Amino acid sequence: METMRERFAAVTSGLLASDPRLAVVLADISADAFGPAAARFPDRVINVGIREQLLISVTGGLSLAGMRPIAHTFASFLVERPFEQIKLDLTHQAAAGGAVLVSSGASYDYADNGRTHQSPGDVALLGTLPGWTVHVPGHPDEAERQIRAAARGGGLVYVRLSTDANTVPLDGEPGRLTVLRSGRQGTVLAVGPLADAVVDATLGFDVTVLYAATIRPLDAATLRDSLQAPSVVLAEPYLAGTSVPAVAEALRDIPHRILGLGVGRHELRRYGTPAEHQAAHGLDPRSLRAAIGSFLRI
Amino acid sequence: MTTTANHRPAATFADLPGLMSLMTGDDKHDQAATSTLDVLWVLYDRVLRVTPQTAGDDARDWFLLSKGHGPMAYYAVLAAKGFVDPGDLSSFGAFHSALGLHPDRTLIRGVEISSGSLGHGLPLAAGVALGLRARGLTDSRVFVLVGDAELDEGSNHEAIAFARAARLDTLHVVVVDNSSSTYGWPGGVEARFAVEGWSVRRVSGRDHDALETALTAPHPGRPHLVAAVVEPKYAQAQPASSAATAR
Repeated sequence: METMRERFAAVTSGLLASDPRLAVVLADISADAFGPAAARFPDRVINVGIREQLLISVTGGLSLAGMRPIAHTFASFLVERPFEQIKLDLTHQAAAGGAVLVSSGASYDYADNGRTHQSPGDVALLGTLPGWTVHVPGHPDEAERQIRAAARGGGLVYVRLSTDANTVPLDGEPGRLTVLRSGRQGTVLAVGPLADAVVDATLGFDVTVLYAATIRPLDAATLRDSLQAPSVVLAEPYLAGTSVPAVAEALRDIPHRILGLGVGRHELRRYGTPAEHQAAHGLDPRSLRAAIGSFLRI
Repeated sequence: MTTTANHRPAATFADLPGLMSLMTGDDKHDQAATSTLDVLWVLYDRVLRVTPQTAGDDARDWFLLSKGHGPMAYYAVLAAKGFVDPGDLSSFGAFHSALGLHPDRTLIRGVEISSGSLGHGLPLAAGVALGLRARGLTDSRVFVLVGDAELDEGSNHEAIAFARAARLDTLHVVVVDNSSSTYGWPGGVEARFAVEGWSVRRVSGRDHDALETALTAPHPGRPHLVAAVVEPKYAQAQPASSAATAR
Protein backbone atom coordinates (compact mmCIF):
# COMPACT_ATOMS: atom_id res chain seq x y z
CA MET A 1 0.00 0.00 0.00
CA GLU A 2 1.14 3.53 -0.77
CA THR A 3 2.33 5.19 2.43
CA MET A 4 0.70 8.27 3.91
CA ARG A 5 3.94 10.15 3.31
CA GLU A 6 3.96 9.26 -0.38
CA ARG A 7 0.32 10.28 -0.67
CA PHE A 8 1.10 13.57 1.09
CA ALA A 9 3.81 14.46 -1.41
CA ALA A 10 1.67 13.54 -4.41
CA VAL A 11 -1.47 15.30 -3.21
CA THR A 12 0.31 18.44 -2.05
CA SER A 13 2.29 18.69 -5.28
CA GLY A 14 -1.04 18.71 -7.12
CA LEU A 15 -2.55 21.30 -4.79
CA LEU A 16 0.35 23.67 -5.46
CA ALA A 17 -0.80 23.90 -9.08
CA SER A 18 -4.33 24.91 -8.19
CA ASP A 19 -3.76 27.20 -5.17
CA PRO A 20 -1.28 30.07 -5.64
CA ARG A 21 -1.32 30.87 -1.90
CA LEU A 22 -0.07 27.40 -0.92
CA ALA A 23 3.61 26.93 -0.04
CA VAL A 24 5.57 23.92 1.19
CA VAL A 25 8.54 24.29 3.53
CA LEU A 26 10.96 21.40 3.94
CA ALA A 27 14.12 20.67 5.91
CA ASP A 28 15.72 18.18 3.51
CA ILE A 29 13.36 15.36 4.57
CA SER A 30 11.13 14.39 1.60
CA ALA A 31 12.89 16.95 -0.62
CA ASP A 32 13.29 14.30 -3.32
CA ALA A 33 9.56 13.56 -3.31
CA PHE A 34 8.88 17.27 -3.83
CA GLY A 35 11.60 17.65 -6.47
CA PRO A 36 9.26 17.96 -9.46
CA ALA A 37 7.03 20.42 -7.59
CA ALA A 38 10.08 22.45 -6.57
CA ALA A 39 11.21 22.67 -10.18
CA ARG A 40 7.77 23.88 -11.25
CA PHE A 41 7.11 26.22 -8.28
CA PRO A 42 10.55 27.31 -7.04
CA ASP A 43 9.14 30.21 -5.02
CA ARG A 44 6.58 28.01 -3.23
CA VAL A 45 8.51 24.81 -2.51
CA ILE A 46 11.22 25.94 -0.12
CA ASN A 47 13.89 23.67 1.31
CA VAL A 48 15.75 25.42 4.14
CA GLY A 49 18.24 22.59 4.65
CA ILE A 50 18.72 20.88 8.00
CA ARG A 51 17.47 23.89 9.95
CA GLU A 52 14.33 23.08 11.88
CA GLN A 53 14.04 26.31 13.85
CA LEU A 54 14.16 28.12 10.53
CA LEU A 55 11.68 25.64 9.05
CA ILE A 56 9.03 26.77 11.52
CA SER A 57 9.94 30.46 11.55
CA VAL A 58 9.92 30.66 7.76
CA THR A 59 6.52 28.98 7.87
CA GLY A 60 5.37 31.67 10.29
CA GLY A 61 6.76 34.43 8.08
CA LEU A 62 5.04 33.02 5.00
CA SER A 63 1.78 33.04 6.89
CA LEU A 64 2.27 36.64 8.01
CA ALA A 65 2.88 37.54 4.36
CA GLY A 66 -0.45 36.06 3.32
CA MET A 67 0.47 32.53 2.25
CA ARG A 68 -0.97 29.20 3.44
CA PRO A 69 2.20 27.29 4.38
CA ILE A 70 2.65 23.57 4.96
CA ALA A 71 5.81 22.56 6.84
CA HIS A 72 7.02 18.98 6.89
CA THR A 73 9.71 16.81 8.42
CA PHE A 74 9.91 13.96 10.92
CA ALA A 75 7.73 14.51 13.99
CA SER A 76 10.72 14.62 16.32
CA PHE A 77 12.23 17.50 14.36
CA LEU A 78 8.97 19.20 13.40
CA VAL A 79 7.36 19.46 16.82
CA GLU A 80 9.83 18.62 19.57
CA ARG A 81 13.00 20.34 18.41
CA PRO A 82 11.52 23.74 17.39
CA PHE A 83 8.65 23.77 19.86
CA GLU A 84 9.16 27.39 20.94
CA GLN A 85 8.98 28.44 17.29
CA ILE A 86 5.62 26.64 17.07
CA LYS A 87 4.47 28.38 20.24
CA LEU A 88 5.54 31.87 19.14
CA ASP A 89 6.01 32.05 15.38
CA LEU A 90 2.90 30.04 14.46
CA THR A 91 0.58 30.31 17.44
CA HIS A 92 1.31 33.58 19.24
CA GLN A 93 1.72 35.63 16.04
CA ALA A 94 -1.90 34.73 15.19
CA ALA A 95 -1.35 35.28 11.47
CA ALA A 96 -4.55 35.17 9.47
CA GLY A 97 -3.22 32.44 7.18
CA GLY A 98 -2.51 29.98 9.99
CA ALA A 99 -0.23 27.06 9.18
CA VAL A 100 -0.20 23.34 8.54
CA LEU A 101 2.36 20.95 10.00
CA VAL A 102 2.59 17.50 8.43
CA SER A 103 4.90 15.05 10.20
CA SER A 104 6.06 11.56 9.41
CA GLY A 105 7.79 9.05 11.63
CA ALA A 106 5.16 9.02 14.39
CA SER A 107 6.05 7.18 17.62
CA TYR A 108 8.10 4.29 16.29
CA ASP A 109 7.94 4.13 12.48
CA TYR A 110 11.73 4.28 12.62
CA ALA A 111 12.00 1.76 15.43
CA ASP A 112 15.47 0.71 14.33
CA ASN A 113 16.70 4.33 14.48
CA GLY A 114 16.23 4.51 18.23
CA ARG A 115 14.90 7.25 20.48
CA THR A 116 16.21 10.18 18.42
CA HIS A 117 13.70 9.50 15.64
CA GLN A 118 10.73 8.62 17.83
CA SER A 119 8.21 11.26 18.82
CA PRO A 120 5.48 9.88 21.09
CA GLY A 121 5.11 13.28 22.80
CA ASP A 122 4.13 15.43 19.81
CA VAL A 123 0.35 15.43 20.35
CA ALA A 124 0.75 16.12 24.07
CA LEU A 125 3.06 19.04 23.35
CA LEU A 126 0.68 20.62 20.85
CA GLY A 127 -2.06 20.11 23.44
CA THR A 128 -0.39 22.79 25.56
CA LEU A 129 -1.11 25.39 22.87
CA PRO A 130 -4.45 26.95 21.93
CA GLY A 131 -6.17 26.54 18.60
CA TRP A 132 -4.53 23.46 17.09
CA THR A 133 -6.52 20.86 15.19
CA VAL A 134 -4.74 17.50 15.41
CA HIS A 135 -5.36 14.81 12.82
CA VAL A 136 -4.06 11.26 13.32
CA PRO A 137 -5.05 9.54 10.08
CA GLY A 138 -5.27 5.77 10.09
CA HIS A 139 -5.17 5.33 6.33
CA PRO A 140 -3.65 7.18 3.34
CA ASP A 141 -7.14 8.05 2.08
CA GLU A 142 -7.92 9.73 5.39
CA ALA A 143 -4.61 11.57 5.30
CA GLU A 144 -5.40 12.82 1.80
CA ARG A 145 -8.81 14.16 2.84
CA GLN A 146 -7.30 15.89 5.87
CA ILE A 147 -4.43 17.42 3.92
CA ARG A 148 -6.74 18.72 1.19
CA ALA A 149 -9.05 20.29 3.78
CA ALA A 150 -6.14 21.79 5.72
CA ALA A 151 -4.60 23.27 2.58
CA ARG A 152 -7.76 25.09 1.54
CA GLY A 153 -8.88 25.99 5.04
CA GLY A 154 -7.40 28.26 7.68
CA GLY A 155 -6.17 27.92 11.21
CA LEU A 156 -3.50 25.78 12.78
CA VAL A 157 -3.54 22.13 11.72
CA TYR A 158 -1.24 19.23 12.58
CA VAL A 159 -1.39 16.05 10.50
CA ARG A 160 0.49 13.11 12.03
CA LEU A 161 1.39 10.59 9.34
CA SER A 162 2.68 7.11 10.06
CA THR A 163 3.75 4.01 8.18
CA ASP A 164 1.34 1.98 10.28
CA ALA A 165 -2.20 2.00 8.82
CA ASN A 166 -5.53 0.24 9.03
CA THR A 167 -6.62 -1.96 6.12
CA VAL A 168 -9.46 0.35 5.12
CA PRO A 169 -10.38 3.98 5.87
CA LEU A 170 -12.75 4.32 8.82
CA ASP A 171 -13.37 8.05 8.97
CA GLY A 172 -16.81 9.56 8.53
CA GLU A 173 -17.76 13.19 8.85
CA PRO A 174 -14.58 15.29 9.18
CA GLY A 175 -13.64 15.90 12.78
CA ARG A 176 -16.26 13.52 14.15
CA LEU A 177 -15.84 10.18 15.88
CA THR A 178 -17.03 7.13 13.96
CA VAL A 179 -19.04 4.50 15.84
CA LEU A 180 -17.54 1.20 14.69
CA ARG A 181 -19.56 -0.95 17.08
CA SER A 182 -22.06 -0.44 19.92
CA GLY A 183 -22.02 -2.27 23.24
CA ARG A 184 -23.15 -2.01 26.86
CA GLN A 185 -20.04 -2.58 29.00
CA GLY A 186 -17.98 0.47 28.11
CA THR A 187 -16.40 2.47 25.32
CA VAL A 188 -13.05 1.96 23.64
CA LEU A 189 -11.81 4.94 21.63
CA ALA A 190 -9.22 3.94 19.04
CA VAL A 191 -7.10 6.66 17.48
CA GLY A 192 -5.67 6.51 13.95
CA PRO A 193 -3.66 3.44 12.96
CA LEU A 194 -4.49 1.56 16.19
CA ALA A 195 -8.06 0.90 15.06
CA ASP A 196 -7.47 -2.50 13.48
CA ALA A 197 -5.68 -3.71 16.61
CA VAL A 198 -8.48 -2.42 18.86
CA VAL A 199 -11.17 -4.05 16.70
CA ASP A 200 -9.29 -7.36 16.89
CA ALA A 201 -8.74 -6.96 20.62
CA THR A 202 -12.41 -6.40 21.39
CA LEU A 203 -13.91 -9.25 19.33
CA GLY A 204 -16.69 -10.78 21.38
CA PHE A 205 -16.69 -7.96 23.95
CA ASP A 206 -20.01 -6.15 24.50
CA VAL A 207 -18.41 -2.70 24.12
CA THR A 208 -18.76 0.40 22.00
CA VAL A 209 -15.77 0.99 19.73
CA LEU A 210 -15.23 4.52 18.50
CA TYR A 211 -12.70 5.66 15.92
CA ALA A 212 -10.95 9.03 15.83
CA ALA A 213 -8.93 10.27 12.85
CA THR A 214 -9.07 13.71 14.47
CA ILE A 215 -8.28 13.90 18.19
CA ARG A 216 -8.19 17.70 18.72
CA PRO A 217 -10.69 19.05 19.17
CA LEU A 218 -12.26 15.91 20.59
CA ASP A 219 -15.78 15.19 19.32
CA ALA A 220 -17.39 15.25 22.75
CA ALA A 221 -20.93 15.06 21.35
CA THR A 222 -20.49 11.66 19.73
CA LEU A 223 -18.61 10.35 22.76
CA ARG A 224 -21.49 11.36 25.04
CA ASP A 225 -24.28 10.33 22.67
CA SER A 226 -22.85 6.83 22.26
CA LEU A 227 -22.01 6.33 25.93
CA GLN A 228 -23.84 3.34 27.45
CA ALA A 229 -21.56 2.63 30.43
CA PRO A 230 -19.36 5.43 31.84
CA SER A 231 -16.08 3.57 31.45
CA VAL A 232 -13.79 4.72 28.63
CA VAL A 233 -10.58 3.19 27.37
CA LEU A 234 -8.41 5.35 25.15
CA ALA A 235 -6.01 3.62 22.76
CA GLU A 236 -3.63 6.22 21.33
CA PRO A 237 -0.60 5.54 19.11
CA TYR A 238 1.45 8.14 20.99
CA LEU A 239 2.10 8.98 24.64
CA ALA A 240 -0.30 7.07 26.91
CA GLY A 241 -2.89 9.29 28.54
CA THR A 242 -2.48 12.20 26.13
CA SER A 243 -6.24 12.61 25.63
CA VAL A 244 -7.42 11.60 29.10
CA PRO A 245 -7.96 15.26 30.08
CA ALA A 246 -10.01 15.85 26.91
CA VAL A 247 -12.23 12.85 27.66
CA ALA A 248 -12.56 13.89 31.29
CA GLU A 249 -13.65 17.35 30.18
CA ALA A 250 -16.20 15.85 27.78
CA LEU A 251 -17.66 13.78 30.63
CA ARG A 252 -17.20 16.31 33.42
CA ASP A 253 -20.81 16.04 34.63
CA ILE A 254 -20.89 12.23 34.51
CA PRO A 255 -19.16 10.06 37.14
CA HIS A 256 -16.80 8.01 34.98
CA ARG A 257 -13.63 5.96 34.76
CA ILE A 258 -10.90 6.39 32.14
CA LEU A 259 -7.95 4.19 31.17
CA GLY A 260 -5.36 5.78 28.89
CA LEU A 261 -3.43 3.25 26.82
CA GLY A 262 -0.63 4.31 24.52
CA VAL A 263 3.12 4.57 24.19
CA GLY A 264 4.89 4.37 27.52
CA ARG A 265 6.92 7.21 28.93
CA HIS A 266 9.92 4.97 29.67
CA GLU A 267 12.67 4.63 27.09
CA LEU A 268 12.78 1.17 25.58
CA ARG A 269 16.37 1.43 24.28
CA ARG A 270 15.47 -1.23 21.70
CA TYR A 271 15.67 -1.21 17.91
CA GLY A 272 13.82 -3.75 15.73
CA THR A 273 10.47 -3.16 14.01
CA PRO A 274 7.39 -1.00 14.60
CA ALA A 275 5.42 -4.17 15.36
CA GLU A 276 7.89 -5.09 18.08
CA HIS A 277 7.61 -1.61 19.60
CA GLN A 278 3.83 -1.73 19.41
CA ALA A 279 3.87 -4.97 21.39
CA ALA A 280 6.48 -3.67 23.82
CA HIS A 281 4.16 -0.76 24.66
CA GLY A 282 1.21 -3.11 25.13
CA LEU A 283 -0.58 -1.97 21.96
CA ASP A 284 -0.74 -5.30 20.11
CA PRO A 285 -4.21 -6.97 20.01
CA ARG A 286 -3.39 -9.54 22.70
CA SER A 287 -2.10 -6.94 25.21
CA LEU A 288 -4.94 -4.52 24.38
CA ARG A 289 -7.52 -7.28 24.96
CA ALA A 290 -6.06 -8.03 28.37
CA ALA A 291 -5.94 -4.38 29.43
CA ILE A 292 -9.41 -3.52 28.10
CA GLY A 293 -11.02 -6.66 29.53
CA SER A 294 -9.47 -6.05 32.94
CA PHE A 295 -10.50 -2.40 33.11
CA LEU A 296 -14.05 -3.03 31.89
CA ARG A 297 -14.36 -6.18 34.05
CA ILE A 298 -15.29 -8.36 31.11
CA MET B 1 -5.70 52.54 17.63
CA THR B 2 -6.58 56.06 16.54
CA THR B 3 -4.00 58.20 14.88
CA THR B 4 -3.17 61.77 15.68
CA ALA B 5 -2.07 62.94 12.26
CA ASN B 6 -5.03 65.27 11.88
CA HIS B 7 -4.56 67.36 14.97
CA ARG B 8 -0.88 67.37 15.77
CA PRO B 9 2.04 68.93 13.90
CA ALA B 10 4.56 66.47 12.51
CA ALA B 11 6.77 65.23 15.32
CA THR B 12 10.54 65.45 15.10
CA PHE B 13 13.44 63.53 16.58
CA ALA B 14 13.57 66.15 19.32
CA ASP B 15 10.11 65.09 20.46
CA LEU B 16 11.15 61.51 21.22
CA PRO B 17 12.66 62.03 24.69
CA GLY B 18 9.42 63.64 25.79
CA LEU B 19 7.39 60.78 24.43
CA MET B 20 9.64 58.26 26.13
CA SER B 21 9.30 60.10 29.41
CA LEU B 22 5.56 59.40 29.29
CA MET B 23 6.43 55.71 29.72
CA THR B 24 9.17 56.03 32.28
CA GLY B 25 8.37 59.26 34.09
CA ASP B 26 11.97 60.26 33.51
CA ASP B 27 13.39 62.62 30.92
CA LYS B 28 16.86 61.13 31.15
CA HIS B 29 17.60 57.70 29.76
CA ASP B 30 20.80 55.77 29.87
CA GLN B 31 22.33 54.88 26.56
CA ALA B 32 21.30 51.25 26.71
CA ALA B 33 17.63 52.19 26.90
CA THR B 34 17.96 54.28 23.77
CA SER B 35 20.41 52.16 21.77
CA THR B 36 17.79 51.67 19.06
CA LEU B 37 16.32 55.17 19.06
CA ASP B 38 18.26 56.71 16.17
CA VAL B 39 17.96 53.63 13.96
CA LEU B 40 14.23 53.42 14.57
CA TRP B 41 13.78 57.11 13.82
CA VAL B 42 15.75 56.99 10.57
CA LEU B 43 13.83 53.92 9.46
CA TYR B 44 10.39 55.42 10.10
CA ASP B 45 11.30 58.98 9.10
CA ARG B 46 13.40 58.36 5.99
CA VAL B 47 13.37 54.75 4.82
CA LEU B 48 10.20 52.73 5.43
CA ARG B 49 7.33 53.17 3.02
CA VAL B 50 4.57 52.63 5.55
CA THR B 51 2.18 54.93 7.39
CA PRO B 52 -0.68 54.31 9.80
CA GLN B 53 -2.96 54.55 6.76
CA THR B 54 -1.05 51.96 4.72
CA ALA B 55 -0.20 49.52 7.53
CA GLY B 56 -1.54 46.16 6.41
CA ASP B 57 -1.57 47.06 2.71
CA ASP B 58 0.14 44.73 0.27
CA ALA B 59 2.23 47.63 -1.07
CA ARG B 60 4.20 48.52 2.02
CA ASP B 61 7.59 47.98 3.58
CA TRP B 62 7.76 45.72 6.62
CA PHE B 63 9.61 46.44 9.85
CA LEU B 64 10.11 43.65 12.36
CA LEU B 65 11.49 44.53 15.79
CA SER B 66 13.18 41.29 16.76
CA LYS B 67 14.84 42.64 19.91
CA GLY B 68 11.52 43.16 21.64
CA HIS B 69 12.80 44.18 25.04
CA GLY B 70 13.25 47.85 25.88
CA PRO B 71 10.50 48.89 23.43
CA MET B 72 10.08 52.45 24.75
CA ALA B 73 12.07 53.89 21.85
CA TYR B 74 9.93 51.88 19.41
CA TYR B 75 6.67 53.04 20.99
CA ALA B 76 7.91 56.64 21.04
CA VAL B 77 8.70 56.50 17.31
CA LEU B 78 5.36 54.83 16.58
CA ALA B 79 3.65 57.59 18.55
CA ALA B 80 5.59 60.29 16.72
CA LYS B 81 4.52 58.78 13.41
CA GLY B 82 0.88 58.36 14.32
CA PHE B 83 0.66 54.57 14.80
CA VAL B 84 0.13 54.93 18.55
CA ASP B 85 -1.83 57.60 20.41
CA PRO B 86 0.68 59.49 22.59
CA GLY B 87 -2.01 59.55 25.24
CA ASP B 88 -1.67 55.77 25.57
CA LEU B 89 2.04 55.84 26.34
CA SER B 90 1.53 56.44 30.05
CA SER B 91 -0.29 53.10 30.29
CA PHE B 92 2.97 51.30 29.39
CA GLY B 93 3.05 47.85 30.94
CA ALA B 94 -0.38 48.05 32.60
CA PHE B 95 -2.88 45.19 32.46
CA HIS B 96 -5.21 46.83 29.96
CA SER B 97 -2.50 48.58 27.96
CA ALA B 98 -1.70 47.69 24.34
CA LEU B 99 1.89 48.67 25.10
CA GLY B 100 3.67 45.87 26.93
CA LEU B 101 7.30 45.37 27.84
CA HIS B 102 7.37 43.22 24.71
CA PRO B 103 5.21 44.27 21.73
CA ASP B 104 2.12 42.33 20.63
CA ARG B 105 1.25 42.64 16.95
CA THR B 106 -2.42 41.96 17.61
CA LEU B 107 -2.67 44.99 19.91
CA ILE B 108 -0.83 47.74 17.98
CA ARG B 109 -1.48 48.77 14.39
CA GLY B 110 1.63 48.60 12.26
CA VAL B 111 3.55 46.26 14.56
CA GLU B 112 4.41 43.36 12.26
CA ILE B 113 5.49 40.76 14.82
CA SER B 114 5.06 40.02 18.49
CA SER B 115 8.54 39.70 19.92
CA GLY B 116 10.40 39.31 23.17
CA SER B 117 11.99 35.87 22.94
CA LEU B 118 15.28 36.45 21.13
CA GLY B 119 16.19 34.96 17.79
CA HIS B 120 12.77 34.90 16.13
CA GLY B 121 12.62 38.12 14.09
CA LEU B 122 15.28 37.41 11.49
CA PRO B 123 14.02 33.88 10.68
CA LEU B 124 10.46 35.21 10.51
CA ALA B 125 11.63 38.03 8.25
CA ALA B 126 13.15 35.46 5.89
CA GLY B 127 9.74 33.81 5.67
CA VAL B 128 8.02 37.15 5.06
CA ALA B 129 10.47 37.93 2.25
CA LEU B 130 9.80 34.51 0.73
CA GLY B 131 6.06 35.04 0.99
CA LEU B 132 6.20 38.47 -0.64
CA ARG B 133 8.31 37.02 -3.45
CA ALA B 134 5.85 34.16 -3.96
CA ARG B 135 3.03 36.68 -4.19
CA GLY B 136 4.93 38.86 -6.66
CA LEU B 137 5.19 41.76 -4.16
CA THR B 138 8.85 42.32 -4.92
CA ASP B 139 8.75 46.09 -4.37
CA SER B 140 8.07 45.57 -0.67
CA ARG B 141 11.19 45.55 1.46
CA VAL B 142 11.60 43.80 4.78
CA PHE B 143 13.69 45.32 7.57
CA VAL B 144 14.44 43.57 10.85
CA LEU B 145 16.23 45.01 13.89
CA VAL B 146 18.39 42.61 15.88
CA GLY B 147 20.69 43.21 18.85
CA ASP B 148 24.33 42.12 18.85
CA ALA B 149 23.71 39.96 21.92
CA GLU B 150 20.61 38.53 20.29
CA LEU B 151 22.90 37.13 17.60
CA ASP B 152 24.01 34.62 20.23
CA GLU B 153 20.82 32.70 19.42
CA GLY B 154 21.63 29.99 16.89
CA SER B 155 18.34 30.45 15.07
CA ASN B 156 19.74 33.65 13.57
CA HIS B 157 22.60 31.76 12.01
CA GLU B 158 20.24 29.28 10.38
CA ALA B 159 18.58 32.29 8.73
CA ILE B 160 21.80 34.12 7.82
CA ALA B 161 23.12 31.16 5.85
CA PHE B 162 19.78 30.43 4.19
CA ALA B 163 18.89 34.01 3.24
CA ARG B 164 21.92 34.40 1.02
CA ALA B 165 21.41 30.98 -0.58
CA ALA B 166 17.80 31.93 -1.30
CA ARG B 167 18.93 35.32 -2.68
CA LEU B 168 16.53 37.23 -0.46
CA ASP B 169 17.44 40.67 -1.79
CA THR B 170 14.43 42.37 -0.21
CA LEU B 171 15.69 41.39 3.25
CA HIS B 172 17.51 44.01 5.34
CA VAL B 173 18.94 43.36 8.79
CA VAL B 174 20.04 46.12 11.15
CA VAL B 175 22.15 44.91 14.03
CA VAL B 176 22.26 47.56 16.73
CA ASP B 177 25.66 46.78 18.22
CA ASN B 178 26.12 48.01 21.78
CA SER B 179 28.77 45.41 22.53
CA SER B 180 26.47 43.49 24.85
CA SER B 181 27.11 39.98 23.52
CA THR B 182 28.82 38.02 26.28
CA TYR B 183 31.54 36.59 24.06
CA GLY B 184 31.52 39.16 21.27
CA TRP B 185 31.95 38.75 17.52
CA PRO B 186 35.56 38.70 16.27
CA GLY B 187 35.77 40.85 13.16
CA GLY B 188 32.49 42.55 14.08
CA VAL B 189 28.95 41.30 13.76
CA GLU B 190 29.11 42.00 10.04
CA ALA B 191 31.73 39.28 9.58
CA ARG B 192 29.06 36.62 10.29
CA PHE B 193 26.99 37.97 7.43
CA ALA B 194 29.84 38.78 5.05
CA VAL B 195 31.14 35.22 5.13
CA GLU B 196 27.78 34.07 3.81
CA GLY B 197 27.92 36.59 0.98
CA TRP B 198 25.62 39.28 2.33
CA SER B 199 26.07 42.91 1.40
CA VAL B 200 27.33 44.57 4.64
CA ARG B 201 27.82 48.10 5.94
CA ARG B 202 29.12 49.29 9.31
CA VAL B 203 28.12 52.76 10.46
CA SER B 204 27.57 54.84 13.55
CA GLY B 205 24.19 54.06 15.02
CA ARG B 206 23.83 57.73 15.97
CA ASP B 207 24.57 59.32 12.57
CA HIS B 208 21.25 59.75 10.80
CA ASP B 209 22.66 60.55 7.38
CA ALA B 210 25.09 57.64 7.52
CA LEU B 211 22.30 55.31 8.64
CA GLU B 212 20.04 56.42 5.82
CA THR B 213 22.80 55.94 3.26
CA ALA B 214 23.66 52.49 4.59
CA LEU B 215 20.05 51.34 4.88
CA THR B 216 19.22 52.38 1.32
CA ALA B 217 22.44 51.24 -0.37
CA PRO B 218 21.84 49.01 -3.43
CA HIS B 219 22.54 45.30 -2.96
CA PRO B 220 21.25 43.47 -6.03
CA GLY B 221 20.77 39.75 -5.61
CA ARG B 222 21.85 39.69 -1.96
CA PRO B 223 20.38 40.39 1.45
CA HIS B 224 21.79 43.44 3.21
CA LEU B 225 23.24 43.93 6.68
CA VAL B 226 23.84 47.23 8.45
CA ALA B 227 25.84 47.10 11.66
CA ALA B 228 24.77 50.22 13.58
CA VAL B 229 27.35 50.77 16.27
CA VAL B 230 26.38 52.62 19.44
CA GLU B 231 27.90 53.14 22.86
CA PRO B 232 28.76 49.93 24.71
CA LYS B 233 26.08 48.78 27.11
CA TYR B 234 28.73 48.19 29.77
CA ALA B 235 30.62 51.44 29.52
CA GLN B 236 33.10 50.47 32.21
CA ALA B 237 34.27 47.57 30.08
CA GLN B 238 34.88 49.60 26.97
CA PRO B 239 35.13 53.37 26.46
CA ALA B 240 32.42 54.87 24.29
CA SER B 241 34.99 56.55 22.06
CA SER B 242 36.11 53.14 20.78
CA ALA B 243 32.62 51.99 19.86
CA ALA B 244 32.90 52.69 16.15
CA THR B 245 36.05 50.59 15.85
CA ALA B 246 35.39 48.06 18.59
CA ARG B 247 36.31 44.44 17.83
